[in-house]
Amino acid sequence: MVTSSTDDAIVAGVRSGDEAIFAQLLNDWSRSMLLLARTFVSTEASAEEVVQDTWLAVIRGIDGFEGRSSLRTWVYRILVNTAKKRGLRESRTVPWSSLAGVESDHGPTVDPVLFRDADDQYAGHWRSFPREWRSAEGSVLDSEVRTTVREAIDSLPDRQRVVITLRDVIGHSSEEVCQMLELSGANQRVLLHRARAAVRTRLASYLEVAR
Amino acid sequence: MSDLTCQEFVELVTDYFEGELDAETTARFDEHRALCPGCETYLLQMKETVSRLGEIPVESLSEEMQSTLLSAFRDVRR
Repeated sequence: MVTSSTDDAIVAGVRSGDEAIFAQLLNDWSRSMLLLARTFVSTEASAEEVVQDTWLAVIRGIDGFEGRSSLRTWVYRILVNTAKKRGLRESRTVPWSSLAGVESDHGPTVDPVLFRDADDQYAGHWRSFPREWRSAEGSVLDSEVRTTVREAIDSLPDRQRVVITLRDVIGHSSEEVCQMLELSGANQRVLLHRARAAVRTRLASYLEVAR
Repeated sequence: MSDLTCQEFVELVTDYFEGELDAETTARFDEHRALCPGCETYLLQMKETVSRLGEIPVESLSEEMQSTLLSAFRDVRR
């Protein structure tokens, strides 16, 4: 994975036409770029074109990169601008237009019904503990678990889906994701937490052992 | 130092994993965890969820698109 400490070397490589360096960048960044683009446009094909146009702009414009931000921030800004323009054409609403968030970013992540009521001596404690999960490792269940996780991700609100995919599926750091999405650390954690809790709930319904 | 409820605990799990809780809250969190098997289970399940997420493959650009971009790179930068 390319890091910002190697920005200078990468920029120099791209400018001088080092194909191996460019191929590495394509490989390292395109998955998260596709994912991000997909939140602004309505189809996978559109997202792929946005990523293509972004890379073409990078190839042509790298001489204009002044190093005032990290290379990644610069590239992702081009991506977001390209994607937004395209999204407008497709009249798709942009999930990142308001950082204030939407209703689905607030409220408890675990069903309040599972906890004791306020008038209970043990208010706020589990009515009954979460059930243990069966182990699916290496068994035929394994691929079913993967399908369950994928469905859970697909059903998340846009912002949560992007954050959890960048963080937990692709493995970007919190700093990288904040930079890509221009989110505060706290906002990013809220989205990540809500998304993880939702996926856990989905997994629980599949993996819980019967009592 | 007041005790955390389970309902508070479950909302702190990600901040805990990320090392973003202050020292006092971390202490309350650890204490609750040690005493509450339900919350320990919840925490381990969140951890398993994160590792399961890491097993999902993600689409990249098509081979065709990658080679188009590489040849554009050759045309422009050489």
